[in-house]
Amino acid sequence: MALQSLDIRRRSATTTRPPDIRSMSIGGGVAKLIDTSKCIGCKACQVACMEWNDLRDEIGTNTGQYQNPHDLTASSWTLMRFAEVETPKGDLEWLIRKDGCMHCADPGCLKACPSPGAIVQYANGIVDFHEENCIGCGYCIAGCPFDIPRLSQRDHKVYKCTLCSDRVAVGLEPACIKACPTGALVFGTKEDMQQHAAERIEDLKSRGFEHAGLYDPAGVGGTHVMYVLHHADQPELYNDLPADPHISLAVRVWKGRTKPLALAVMGLTALIGFFHYTRVGPDETDERDEAAAQDLARKSGKQS
Amino acid sequence: MTDPATQSGTGGAPLIVRYTPEVRTRHWLTALAFVLAALSGLALFHPALFGLSALFGGGPWTRILHPYLGLTMLLAFVALAAPMHGQNRMEPRDWEWLRRYRDVISNREEKLPEVGRYNAGQKIIYHAALWLLVGLLLSGVVIWRSYFAGYFTVDVVRVAAVVHALCAFLLVCTIIVHVYAAIWVKGSVRAMTRGTVTAGWAFKHHRAWYREMLTHATNPRSRAN
Repeated sequence: MALQSLDIRRRSATTTRPPDIRSMSIGGGVAKLIDTSKCIGCKACQVACMEWNDLRDEIGTNTGQYQNPHDLTASSWTLMRFAEVETPKGDLEWLIRKDGCMHCADPGCLKACPSPGAIVQYANGIVDFHEENCIGCGYCIAGCPFDIPRLSQRDHKVYKCTLCSDRVAVGLEPACIKACPTGALVFGTKEDMQQHAAERIEDLKSRGFEHAGLYDPAGVGGTHVMYVLHHADQPELYNDLPADPHISLAVRVWKGRTKPLALAVMGLTALIGFFHYTRVGPDETDERDEAAAQDLARKSGKQS
Repeated sequence: MTDPATQSGTGGAPLIVRYTPEVRTRHWLTALAFVLAALSGLALFHPALFGLSALFGGGPWTRILHPYLGLTMLLAFVALAAPMHGQNRMEPRDWEWLRRYRDVISNREEKLPEVGRYNAGQKIIYHAALWLLVGLLLSGVVIWRSYFAGYFTVDVVRVAAVVHALCAFLLVCTIIVHVYAAIWVKGSVRAMTRGTVTAGWAFKHHRAWYREMLTHATNPRSRAN
């Protein structure tokens, strides 16, 4: 989703400062709050996402579960994931989680991307793919701690939730928020959402969900999509929501200071060669070597 | 029929065949593919070098072509390396040669043990290139998103990406040393472009090999390879 922006906080594969003269960020940027305790699994958000973004996924097959489609795809940017969980008390809980890009404050996809400007992070916290700069390498897939980006087999570009950056840019809330009938999805500044979540958590605790809490994982610097979970102590219950997501050590080694260091070593290797040549000089063969070689050849001839 | 191992140069100085046209073709195919694979890989290695992707028709084309350039390099290298594998085994005199690296880099060859067809430095470069290419192949397949990456877990892909970058970095350094050594030791470039070296060159840099050539020259069934 491309928009000329002057509020870019981070830009992929860019070592200089991106255009950020318009860098106002009020209330910690924007955030979507997903209250799993209020979600009824109606999928209005999925439909709204398709509708606003003009996406039509392929019709899949029914495998006897409510989850449809079965996974995020290049044309399904959000998905209700359904988990049937048996509690220690013997009750059955139906935990429904709206999955999609978490818009990390420290985005692994952006860190891994080798193409300048294919991924940007705006001052408001939205992490956006600019597909016209995408080269289709899929490094962002390896960088993401939440398994979100999907490579299209049609055009070899990656796609994911934009947090409706085009709507947010003109003061509208994301399409999924607009469609949610129960108020499970709310949108506002991150601070407001944290405050709203705190009230919700207090309410849940008073109803017996003593481990209710906010999912805003610190390992990725916090996220601009947050969850209110009834079981915040066990996020894995919600279709493997990672308990402690962070950018993998391998990705940090791969994309960290080792890269400029490796470039420097390569340059230095060539430079050492250059100075060896100018200080020690070439190793040449002269007439004496030719004469000695002839000598040896004559001796060898006599021997045989 | 002239002796296959020796020819006469224009100045009358005897020339020795070091690399046959087949070996030269395989070497330069490997070299060209290496340069292209390295340039396209470096474009994705660091943002400062992304401009190199323009040489390949832009970012997506760089991403599309790079794995095939790498495979071309690997195949050419296998064809080049397989016949010379046995000649690159490290021998006791090679370790002695390495221990006297100070004499090596100071052009004091008279103080070094006699060298066979390849010296210890060349053998190390041979083995480094071989194993780094194996590493690049294995890790490259894992991160080849169009065909194979989907078959591996994300953690395997992450590690493969690091391994690929590390092997590529080491290979580039190895080849820089290889190219510099050819520029440094005069007569080496000629060996790989024209195929021949002077007897003096063979005597000075690869005396044990030169002795071997002399004995073989009297044996009609001997071959240069």
